[in-house]
This record gives sequence, C-alpha cells and structure tokens, in this order.
Amino acid sequence: MDCLPLRSLAGELGHPTDVTMDMDKDKRFFFQKYGLNAVDVQRYLAAALSAGGDYADLYFEYMTATSLGLDESMVKSASQGISAGCGVRVIAGERTGYAYTDDLAPERILHAARTAALIAQGPSKVPVVDLKEHAAHNLYPAAPVDSAVTEKVELILRADRAARAYDPRITEVRASYVEELRRILIIGSDGTFAEDVQPLSRMSVFVIARSGETSARGTSGGGGRHGMEAFLTEKTPEHFAREAARQAIIQLDARECPAGEMEVVLGPGWPGILLHEAIGHGLEADFNRKKTSAFSGLLGRRVASDKCTVVDNGTLPSRRGSLNVDDEGNATNNTVLIEKGILKGYLSDRLSAKLMGLPNTGNGRRESYEHIPMPRMTNTYMLAGEDSPEDIIRSVKHGVYAVNFGGGQVDITNGKFVFSASEAYLIEDGKVTAPLKNATLIGNGPDVLTRVSMVGNDLKLDEGVGTCGKDGQSVPVGVGIPTLKIDRLTVGGTGSAR
Amino acid sequence: MSTETETTTAAASQLDLKEIAADVVRRAMQRGATAAECVIRDGTEFSTVVRLGEVETLKESDSKALGIRVFVGQRAANTWTSDLSPQSLQQMIDSALELAKVTTEDPFASIPEAAQLGSIDGDLDLYYDDVNSLSTAARIDYARRAERAALDFDPRISNSEGGSFDVATGRKVLANSHGFLGEFQRSYCSVSAVPIARDEQGKMQRDYWYSVSRTMGKLESAESVGQTAAKRTLQRLGARKVKTARVPIIFDPQVARSLLGHIFEAANGESIYRNASFLTGKLGEQIAGENVTVIDDGTIPGGFGSSPFDMEGVPTRRTVVVENGVLKSYLLNTYAAKKLGLATTGNASRGLAGNPGIGSGNFFLKPGAKTPRQIIADVKDGLYVTEFLGFGVNLVTGDFSRGAGGLWIVNGELTYPVEEITVAGNLKEMLRNISVIGNDLEFRGSVACPTIRIDGMTVAGE
Repeated sequence: MDCLPLRSLAGELGHPTDVTMDMDKDKRFFFQKYGLNAVDVQRYLAAALSAGGDYADLYFEYMTATSLGLDESMVKSASQGISAGCGVRVIAGERTGYAYTDDLAPERILHAARTAALIAQGPSKVPVVDLKEHAAHNLYPAAPVDSAVTEKVELILRADRAARAYDPRITEVRASYVEELRRILIIGSDGTFAEDVQPLSRMSVFVIARSGETSARGTSGGGGRHGMEAFLTEKTPEHFAREAARQAIIQLDARECPAGEMEVVLGPGWPGILLHEAIGHGLEADFNRKKTSAFSGLLGRRVASDKCTVVDNGTLPSRRGSLNVDDEGNATNNTVLIEKGILKGYLSDRLSAKLMGLPNTGNGRRESYEHIPMPRMTNTYMLAGEDSPEDIIRSVKHGVYAVNFGGGQVDITNGKFVFSASEAYLIEDGKVTAPLKNATLIGNGPDVLTRVSMVGNDLKLDEGVGTCGKDGQSVPVGVGIPTLKIDRLTVGGTGSAR
Repeated sequence: MSTETETTTAAASQLDLKEIAADVVRRAMQRGATAAECVIRDGTEFSTVVRLGEVETLKESDSKALGIRVFVGQRAANTWTSDLSPQSLQQMIDSALELAKVTTEDPFASIPEAAQLGSIDGDLDLYYDDVNSLSTAARIDYARRAERAALDFDPRISNSEGGSFDVATGRKVLANSHGFLGEFQRSYCSVSAVPIARDEQGKMQRDYWYSVSRTMGKLESAESVGQTAAKRTLQRLGARKVKTARVPIIFDPQVARSLLGHIFEAANGESIYRNASFLTGKLGEQIAGENVTVIDDGTIPGGFGSSPFDMEGVPTRRTVVVENGVLKSYLLNTYAAKKLGLATTGNASRGLAGNPGIGSGNFFLKPGAKTPRQIIADVKDGLYVTEFLGFGVNLVTGDFSRGAGGLWIVNGELTYPVEEITVAGNLKEMLRNISVIGNDLEFRGSVACPTIRIDGMTVAGE
C-alpha cells in the first residue's frame, strides 16, 4: 500500500488563487496541531478497512465556541470551550460502523478505527488510494476578524438597551451572542481530502411585554457564517431588539385564533420553515431509500402547484446553512427539489446516492465528530413568483396571515406537519386586521403545496436562526419563501369556529 | 495526570477523575478565584440499529469532558474542554478567570453554602454492570428480535425504520471550593422498534415503542416491545380528520407526560424569578383541582431522574410541588433560590457550558384510582390523544396549542384513528380541568404521568 505522499498533498492544496493562498495558514491545521501525518492517516484507514468494507473515512473536528448571555440587564453568563475529536466510519454495503474518540492520540484513533471495522465481514478488498482535494467553494471567511470579548459583550448590552427603549411595556429582556469556529478535516479511502474552517455566529433577543394582566413574548435573532463584525454594520443588535419588542407589543392586543380550515397566507422569510418541515425532510434521500417517506416513489410526479419551484442551496455566501464542503468532503450544491410543481430530486449523502443510483448532492451533514453523517438540508427555499404581496392579501376573504413562527415538526411517514405561529393576523375581506394568538397550522406535506394558488415576487431568506434536529443531531440551516397563499389549511386555535 | 502515557486505558484514567476535579478547583483558587467548581463527565456509548433484519449501524465510543466555573467576587464565568491534558486544563482555568472580567457583578451569584452541600446516604441503584454483559452479537440480536416481532405481528406491517438496542454508562464528578467532592455512576439500556404499516390505499403510518432500564434484568423483552410497537402503528391506519369541536380529551401516559413537562417548566425557579411563568407569585394558591398532587423526587432508587446530589453538590430530595391543587413549592437551584429569597430544592442541573440550570428529579403526577379503560368508558364523545406534534406552548400566558393524533371515543369505546388536528387550551385552565387521573403511573424517563382526562379544550380539525 502506498503511503500518502505529502508532497503531492501539498501540491493539491496549492490552488493558484489568492483566496486559497490566504487560507493556507489554516490548512493542514490538524497536521500541525496534533502531529498527524500521512503515514498515520493511511494506517487508520487501513485499520478501518481491515475487516472488509467498501469505504472508510476519518472526520477530524476542532471546535471553539464562545457564548455570552444577558438577563435582567446583567451579563450573567460568559462561556468558552473547545471540543476536538475524530470519528471513524466504515461503510459495507448498507451497513455503517462508527466509532469516535475525543483523544487524538494515534492509539485512540486506531482503536476507534478497529471498532468501526467490526461492521464489515470478509476480506479487505479496498485499496487506500492517494488523496485528492476536490474543488470547494469559498463562501465565508476562513478566519473571521477576532474581536475582544468586551466588544461582543457590548452587542448584548446594546440589544438590552434598545429593547427597553422601544416601549416601556417591555419588562424582561434576554439577549445572547454565540459564536463558534469549526475546523474539519475529512479523509476518505477513495482519496477524498477536504478541509474547511467554518465560522458561525448568532445573536438572539427574547423579550416579554406586560400591560396590566396581559403579557406576551417576542423573539428575534440572526446571524450566519461570519464573525461578530457583521453585527456592527448589517444586522445590528438594535435591529433584532426592536423586532423582538415589536412582536411582543403587538401580541399584547392579540385575540384568540379561530379554529378550522381556512385560507392561509404565509409572510416571506422565516415562515419558509413550512417548506423545510413539510417538504424538505420528506425529500431527504435516506427516508426515500428506505421507502419510509410520504414522498417515496414520487420522482417526476406532481407534488405542488405549477407556481412552486423549491431548491436547497448550500452555496449562498455567508448564510447560516451554507457550507464549502459537506461533512463527507463533497462540495455543496444548488439542488432543484421541485420545479414548477414536479418533484425533481432528493437530497443525498454518499451512502444514499450510491445505493439509490442518484447523484450525490453534497448534503451529508453531521452535528459533530460524535455523529454519523446523513442527508440534511442546507438553505431551503422557494423561488419568487409573480404576484405582489398586496394582491395576495387582497384576494383573501377570511383567513390567517402568518408572519412569524416558533417552530415546527413533521412525521415523515404520513406526511403530517405542525407549526406554531408566533405572529399572525386575521385577514378579513382582503385586509389584515386583528393580531391573533395561539395560531397553529397543521397539514400534510404532499398535499400542502398543491394548494398554493399565489406566489409572491418578494422572496426573502430568514435572518439566520434556524437549527434543525433529526435523529438527535442538530445542524444550522436556512429557510425562505416569498409571500404564499395556501387555499386551505387547518388552523388550530382556541377561538370558536366561524 | 491521566494522559501521561498514550496507552492509558479508559479504566485507569477513570480512577483519576476525582483527583483531576479537585486539582482544577485548587489551582483556580490559587490563581485568584474566590470560588470555583469543576464538573467532569465520562461515559461510554453503544448503539445499534437493525433494519429489515440487517445491521444498519453499529456505533461504539467513550468520551469525557470537563467544565470549570469560577467566581471572582460576584462575577462568574465558565470554560469547558474535551481535552483533559494538564496544559489544556491550565489554559481553561486561566481563560475562565480572564472571562470573568467581562461579566456583570451579580449579588446573587455564588456556589451553595458549605452547610448546604452533601450527598444522600445509601445506594440509589443507579448503576448495574450487567448492561455491559451482552456481547456485540447478542446486542444486535436484541435489536433484531424487537424489529422481527413487529414485522411478524401483522401483514400490514410492511416496512420498518428498524429495531435498536442502546447501552450507555456515565460517571459524573463534581468538586467545589467549599470542599465538596462527589461522584456517581449511572447505567442505561434500551430497546425500541419503529415499524411502518400500510393500508389498502397505500397510505403509511409509523409509530414506535421502547423499554428503558438501568439494568438488563428489568428491560422488557424484545418481543413485547416489538409487538406493542406494531399495535400502536396498526391502530393509526385509516386515520381521518374530525370537525372542530369542544369535547373531553383523554391523554395517554406518553402525551400526559409531555403536558406534565410543561408544568415542570412553569414551576422552574428560573421562569419564576424572571416573571416568565404563569405560576409566578402563586405559591400557596389553589392552581389546580384538589385531585392534583405533583411531586419531584430525586431520591427514588433506580429512578431515571435520581442522583445522590445535584450538580451544585446539594443533596437531592423529595419536594411536593402541588398538593391537592395548592402550589407548595417551586423547583430551585442556588441562584434562583437566592433571587426569590428561598432555599435551594437541590434541583441544579449542569451542562458543561454556562451557569447551572434547573432540572427535575423524578417528576410525576400522583396516580388516581381509575383504570384507563374506565376513564375512556365514561366518555360519550371525545378524543383519546396518543401523540403530540409541534411545540405551541407559551409559559408566560399558559396558552397551549399543539398538533395531535389519536383515536376518537364514541360511547365509551375507542373507535377510528384521527390525525391532522390540534388540541388547544390554556395550561392554567387545563390544570383546573383535570377531571380524572388514572392509576397507571409508570416511569419511562424522569417525568411520568398517568392517563388523565381534561375537559373544556378545543379540538381543531376541518
């Protein structure tokens, strides 16, 4: 077996572009910090494939995180941490063996490799080949400008002041700033070699407004794959604080939401969580390979009205759901899921693409080195249509206008989804009227987009707060939609039916 | 210390964890902390999924991590790491002390008083070595048998997300600068099955069942778990929507437990001092019917929420939260207790990062006398809820609206399945409207609730 030629590795790394050259100091991080070398890497992979198997990979991760929390106008928590480890995966047919270690000593990684190897049976037949670095995107700064912690603290103090200044009825404010820098290195037995440095930061503001006996909540936040500098110029603490305060103050006057089936208009941006829950999860290839999704077997069939085109796009610069490479080392893509209502594709990872004979869309993601990768969304959104938002509202006689959502959940198998509107209004005779509380929308994934009768020209992506959970793994994602009209959807609430 | 040689085994390094924790506290104090606390988590994990008879995943690992909390006067900060080497720990201590400079002086921030610290006596039956007794092959077989029992149960069970078998063991070590040094070890094993059934129209439904225990000796058989999973899945076939209505609702223990979880969050001292719970200021008041008694008990032997001390080093205890409908106590850690002028109830929880939170011990609603069957038999027209979907709960106002699924009750009998509905109400009123409580309390986690009937809620459908 050939040893990994470091020379050619270095050659592969040196893409002749300035941007890549800038990243050189961050490249080979694991080789320097942990004394990892090419010979060791080959040994680990060989151990992983020692009992047979089609493929093995090593996933090195080194993550640093800082989080700051404000409550009662005080900076009450400040936390910093480091986690590092290596996960070893062996694939044998449809079987996956996995083991990880948080100790990067060679013996521990070898032990993990031998443990993961237990999944395979039969003689080793896969040669470990020379490593090649694939083309990758350059969507975010590899090393965001690091600022002093005091400057980050100032962000949450500013959010507190702005929320309280918005209205005297804002009585509670909590704000947080969280940032992480994740370095990953993926080495596969087919020669896959990918490194990435992934910044991620987020601000969140939560407020409570009170007026007499009535109280209401408001939440806002955002961020992306950048450092804290983005909060100084683009999305300022004041922006998020005012947005949270605005929602809470409006909710003070909210009335009970009527219950029953009715027309529903979704506002642009974050309500795209409907797409994520109702459609996106059902199109993840693992569920379809196992035929456990309500969308199984529907490729090429109509699953939405012809006004709907939905994509999953991991290549948007600096977005929360974006990645230069997925957690299997493949470049992310802009994948068309639904085109003019017809189901065009699934989101796949290495295993599901191979087993289903589909292209690998670069959607293999994992929460950390402790987890097995699986098909996950990145930034999922519907492309803009031609209707003006005003016309859409005007067309509704009696319905609900849902502008912000708390969260949602889906049952992949029967297609049912639920999500809760944190800001919603009644639409009466084409006009947005009273704010509503407790509006819950419930429906069926394969049905809901067939009832989309109008699509706005105002596509908006969310501000960067989404975290998606699947099988106990959380990953950051983006969502988005233009204003949408759904002709019929069940609305749950406490108000009497009309 | 634990990593002087590369060949240190996991077992050998475990022996040193208490020493490491005490040493970290000592060094933090030497470097200028006025109080310090160190927590170490150490655990092993095994999981396997068998799908359609074949092993799909096999995962095995061990890991550990350490968190430090330091105080400099009334300022606190926290650092954590998965690298327990001496250099790394020194860096973590220094970073924590540096970070404490940016936090605000908070007169209520502290570790518990020395007199409050301690550990309850006796063996809590939290660790059984027998979870490690099965070979990998036998563990895979356990998962395989659970799935097979589900697949063989009925021809309509046509597919599966698999059977699984999991084992975990973990150790927690806590040390602080008031001299507390404690540790406990817990074990856990579980088996589950997730079958998929298909009706004549090709419409699929999925459900699951599981058993979890601290010892293999009390784990339910793979066969019974698989069969229950199959029954639960089959009873969903042919689900339909219903008209919007206000009817009595019966919640099965799985969903009732989720409702009770909202009550825990509302009684959580953090929500109380922030004035972010509908139970704020209600101590001593009648907040529920006289039939309602809610208890948190961290001392139940073998309990999933049991431990000898909480994550600030305070002994756990039994706290009556609601007695005959009267709110008797909040659940508190040291910080929330000080904010409210009360004493901690020994409910401090702790991740590696951030300040201690508040967690439950074994949190449960005291069972009543009726069987679930009797409770259903008393309902002419109503809903039996077996599943929640989504999260629509506002603890500030008590407003509640969640997606649900279950079975419709007609003349005291469970009839057809229903889905795509929501159930809505307000937790304040729901607590008063718990009209019947079942006798079927069973712990499948740290929060448990018997079957309950609540009147006056809205079921939203067509």
